[in-house]
Amino acid sequence: MLSVWMILTAIAVLGFSGLPVCLLSSRSVVGQRIATLLMFLGSIIGLGGIAVSFNEATTPTLCVPWFLPFGQFMVTIDAISILFLVPVFIVPVLGSIYGLRYWKQSEHQENGQRLAFFYGLLAGSMALVVIAHDAVLFLIAWEIMAIAAYFAATAEDDNPDVCRAGWIYLIATHVGTLCLIAMFALWRHATNSFALMPIVGIPAETAGTIFVLALIGFGFKAGIMPLHVWLPGAHANAPSHVSAVMSGVMLKMGVYGIIRMTALLPMPAVWWGGTLLILGAITGVAGIAFAIGQNDIKRMLAYSSIENIGIIIIGLGLALLGRSLNQPVWVVLGLGGSLLHVWNHSLFKSLLFFNAGAIIHAAHTRNIDQMGGLAKRMPLVMVLFVVGAVAICALPPLNGFASEWLIYNGLFNTLGFDGNAGFPAAAIAAVPLAMIGALAVACFIKMFGAVFLGSPRCESANHAHNQPLSMIMPMAVLAVGCIGIGLFPIIATVPLDKAVKIWASLPVQTVSITTAVPLGWIAKMGLAFVVLIGVIILVLKNLPRAKVVSRAGTWDCGYARPTARIQYTGSSFGQMLVSLFNFILWPKTDLPAIHKLFPSTARFKNIVPDTILDRLIVPLFRIAGRYLPMLRILQQGQTHFYVLYILIIVIILLICGSIGV
Amino acid sequence: MTDLLNAVLVIILVMNLFALGTSRINAVIRTVAIQGILLGIIPLLIHKHLTIPVAIMIIVAVVIKGTVIPTIMIRALRDAQIKREVEPLIGFLPSIILGAMATAFALLIAGQLPLASQHYGTLLVPTSIATVFVGFILLVTRYKAISQVIGYLVLENGIFIFSMLLVEAMPLIVEMGVMLDLFVGIFVTCIIINHINQAFSSMDTRHLVSLKE
Repeated sequence: MLSVWMILTAIAVLGFSGLPVCLLSSRSVVGQRIATLLMFLGSIIGLGGIAVSFNEATTPTLCVPWFLPFGQFMVTIDAISILFLVPVFIVPVLGSIYGLRYWKQSEHQENGQRLAFFYGLLAGSMALVVIAHDAVLFLIAWEIMAIAAYFAATAEDDNPDVCRAGWIYLIATHVGTLCLIAMFALWRHATNSFALMPIVGIPAETAGTIFVLALIGFGFKAGIMPLHVWLPGAHANAPSHVSAVMSGVMLKMGVYGIIRMTALLPMPAVWWGGTLLILGAITGVAGIAFAIGQNDIKRMLAYSSIENIGIIIIGLGLALLGRSLNQPVWVVLGLGGSLLHVWNHSLFKSLLFFNAGAIIHAAHTRNIDQMGGLAKRMPLVMVLFVVGAVAICALPPLNGFASEWLIYNGLFNTLGFDGNAGFPAAAIAAVPLAMIGALAVACFIKMFGAVFLGSPRCESANHAHNQPLSMIMPMAVLAVGCIGIGLFPIIATVPLDKAVKIWASLPVQTVSITTAVPLGWIAKMGLAFVVLIGVIILVLKNLPRAKVVSRAGTWDCGYARPTARIQYTGSSFGQMLVSLFNFILWPKTDLPAIHKLFPSTARFKNIVPDTILDRLIVPLFRIAGRYLPMLRILQQGQTHFYVLYILIIVIILLICGSIGV
Repeated sequence: MTDLLNAVLVIILVMNLFALGTSRINAVIRTVAIQGILLGIIPLLIHKHLTIPVAIMIIVAVVIKGTVIPTIMIRALRDAQIKREVEPLIGFLPSIILGAMATAFALLIAGQLPLASQHYGTLLVPTSIATVFVGFILLVTRYKAISQVIGYLVLENGIFIFSMLLVEAMPLIVEMGVMLDLFVGIFVTCIIINHINQAFSSMDTRHLVSLKE
């Protein structure tokens, strides 16, 4: 029980950590420091609570009736909750430290207080979402989270882009919540209770409907294609530490919802897992393809989050398939990989968003095609970016590799080795997974090349400099986490195994991740790899080479005054891949028509808008906005007409009644 | 007995048409008053033996519908100095035709409705539905507020006829409550009409359009 109280305390401290900022003067940075300190305290208490819960014999549960006419205050801290609590207690506090300099209260007097308050509330409500075991409590926490995220992300609401992104987010999240309300109503109908407890013996159709509603409702939050529409805009326009929390932690709440609901429903049908595998593959490939098409560094990262959600969903689909076909190894590898990727993504994506924030802070633009040459100006930021990028590209020896490796192993297992029954169709998902990996490498090479290499393409990038320690330190912590899990994934297997067993209600002594795959090899190979890299660096450093670097104009086709803007840009790098994915990206290109020998000044524009949002949903809303006002004709303002409506309805009812409809 | 009942109901139907076809508001009010008295008699014709609740109901209905309400309305009319509905939405002849069509429709529909067997022989249900329709037509086509009150009264008469089917099942208190509501509603409306007329020198409900957002 102690752990429950500790975590509830942590939630309260996190949730109200922003109050001191609001109470003090808007010019004072003291409140912001107190808020960060509170967040730190809250996170420590929360992590302590998690540690305590490991030693408690039974699953700690707290259940008290409350003032509402339905539901009850019921929280449980089981292994699944713990897995999702860890990022909640790690990423927001690092973001808060980062924000001390990134969003200094004295420099953002108009919105700093509001941001601090809702930032804390967002962290607290996410923790509550994860431990709530009652549908009503869950929905309350879910809604607080959604609203807090809205206010935190739209801190700069004097900017029309931010407002638009905020509105899209608000609409999307509420459509999702609507599905969740329907789902929980159905749940109440099927189980006669709002408690989120495993159920047995409900009709397959009801279970299927609950699953689909959960997939849509939570899919909006997680950003499964084609429900991702809010995600790129909201992440790009939010302050970077808020983007980090939203992408690193809040998207995972959607994943948590799907995992929790599938854990509660009995015996999944085969089509559940199949649907998730297909959706995951589409989300992953399309997500990373869109990322390659972007020029805005934060939009790229946001689309890359969608891609990672796709990977997580593939793992989950495999696990569901394993459960319905009674294959514990698939379950362990699929869900294990999926949950490990949840952790990993929250580490490296937060790192990359912090990094992007530092870059934007220095270069004063989000457009990577205007940056360049930052490697010499911000070497520390560059090194941390490389760690994050290598991790997210799932390259050994970092953590992204470990989780994707588990999923790959699981997918290969579906081929059926050693006389086990197989389901080879599922193994096809390994192909999109490999594609995702390759495209991610291309995407991050594009980003790295455009941002850090070459020479600065604009004046502000030229004056960039290293960022203060309070912004570097959170990134360093996350980078250490990436390397740690990458080299020793074995440390994560204990909580993962517990969670997998709760999810699939497997007996304790069956398979575990450590018996299913040789994780020890990852550590050995990874360490060997690190040593190899170290040796290569040492050798290169000690090679004799010219100490004087001479600068001269390149071969310039007779054009004697090249500018930095002639450099190869990120867009040029991505062009080939973008045209390969033309059929989903539909890029918009404005080519200047050249008629004369000496053409005048012309402009070239190439953007990749979001296909679903800009080509489907926005036009639909526009059509609705144009035609739905016609319904106002019904509102005449004359009582006669209103009585006439009643009369018409009465006559229709009478006719229906008489012909017996 | 049934023949007599049906005869009364036919008179009520004819009165409906008369209410639709005349432009003199005074005459319409009188028609509706007589309709109310006739309605009061109906329970006598349906029930063989008179119980005390039914007797009370009859007396109250006749007093309120036959005398009190018409008196209030005629007084309001006199204070507001209006005599006729000048411009209805549709003409008086079309109103009558519409009313006749509604009556025919009601007769047609009533045959199809799933009713208890003892109600098949009478015209109670079709008359009730036809009267409700006529009430609606009055409400929809007349612009003067006082005419709308009459429409409302006719509508209520229709419902009252329908409640004759249930007179044994429905407690007295409910009937009394309905009567009281009707009385208070019309009482208040007539007072308001008077005040509206004094304040705006018009009783045309079309001016309510300006309340539209």
